Amino acid sequence: MNKRIVALTINGVDVQRKVASRMLLTDFIRDELKLTGTNVGCEHGVCGACTILLNGESVRSCLMLAVQADGYEIETVESLQNDNGTLNTLQQSFKDCHGLQCGFCTPGFLMTVTSFLKENEDPTEEEIREAISGNLCRCTGYANIVKSVQRTVQSQRTSKSLTEPVCHTDHKQNETVQIS
Amino acid sequence: MKPAVFNYIRPESVEETLQLLSDYGDDAKILSGGQSLIPVLNMRLSTPKYLIDIGRLEGLNYIREEGDHLSVGALVKHKDIESSPLVKELCPILGEAIRWVGTTQIRNRGTIGGSIAHGDPSAELPCVLAALRGEIVVASLEGEDVLSPEEFFLTYMLTSMQPDQVIKEIRFPIMSKKSAFSFVEVARTHGDFALAEAAVILETDETETVIKAQIAVGGVNPTPTVLEEVEDHIMGKKLTDELLTEVRRMTEGNVDPESDLHGTAEYRRELVGVLVQRALKTAGERVKKGAGRHE
Repeated sequence: MNKRIVALTINGVDVQRKVASRMLLTDFIRDELKLTGTNVGCEHGVCGACTILLNGESVRSCLMLAVQADGYEIETVESLQNDNGTLNTLQQSFKDCHGLQCGFCTPGFLMTVTSFLKENEDPTEEEIREAISGNLCRCTGYANIVKSVQRTVQSQRTSKSLTEPVCHTDHKQNETVQIS
Repeated sequence: MKPAVFNYIRPESVEETLQLLSDYGDDAKILSGGQSLIPVLNMRLSTPKYLIDIGRLEGLNYIREEGDHLSVGALVKHKDIESSPLVKELCPILGEAIRWVGTTQIRNRGTIGGSIAHGDPSAELPCVLAALRGEIVVASLEGEDVLSPEEFFLTYMLTSMQPDQVIKEIRFPIMSKKSAFSFVEVARTHGDFALAEAAVILETDETETVIKAQIAVGGVNPTPTVLEEVEDHIMGKKLTDELLTEVRRMTEGNVDPESDLHGTAEYRRELVGVLVQRALKTAGERVKKGAGRHE
């Protein structure tokens, strides 16, 4: 009873592992599956850094045991990129609008917002702020994260047309200091 | 912070769950959504030998209208209450309060049974349940018990549930179509534990005189607290500013909060008085408009 087989689908791939019952889903994703995009922050459900999608809904992977996810479909930040490996609209918006600085919280924000925008395609600023209230960021002060989400909404609305970014940050000026 | 070793069991039925609880008693802990229990396990504040995962049990996941109340199965998730047309129609204060429970991520996993069983005095659902005079159905191999919130919640994080019992159902009385309600809370950030909260259900006659009042507060006493004295005091009266000021004072006298990092006892006492005053005022305005139930 201390070990159990966990079989689930992660980012479209079926996986199966025999793990300790006490293993948290975050550790299963990071240590067993080597998908280290999902970050471990507070481990008691406060910071949101470990947010993943469970059957399409955002949940905290530190507040689940791996065995509880048996049979479910999981998506992590690794699933977001476009097929050709470029950043998707949401990721690109975070980059363009400086919705991140150190980047630790970013995977959690991206997953939270991914599921949020599926349910609300045209959110108000207040709705965006409420949606991200379960994710902590200690760098940005949230303003640029909200802008990133708004930018994503606008990009999706004007679908693929190359309009000027709505975020007010002059991203070109900062491009030279970006590490990635 | 990782949970200590335990034996994980996933029973297939309620009967099997009750048998396991009867066999293991104090050594076992029930896991459903895990949004309160897993943090406790992670911090090793609890180290059960057996973890009984009822999260997938069928038969405890329903919202039904039954006579004068709404029956909610213990495994119903917060998000399902939030989006339930039945809740909105028959017990709208529940829908309003549930939005204060944690964050979206928590509400996607957390269950109503888990929230009630946790017995956190600052939690929203126990406060609403107390205000409405709802009931909690607990089961063991011996049979079922139907408990009032007063009988169920004993003190901070402690309920009257025995080690061989599990929550099956929560019963929320159906609200009168003529009543209005308000649920207000102050927390450090949205989704954080309430520093104080108040739930009010109110009914007035055509002269705007109070003919029914149900008021409960949370976060300020060891258990959710019904303010009977306040309820009695406003019956048969109009909600004037003077009366609301009296209500505030009376509320302050009925609570005994503790100080912690996030707020002193004095602050919480004053805050909860203001919240009750505010909730009553809002409910009063809503009932006047005759549109209180759906805002």
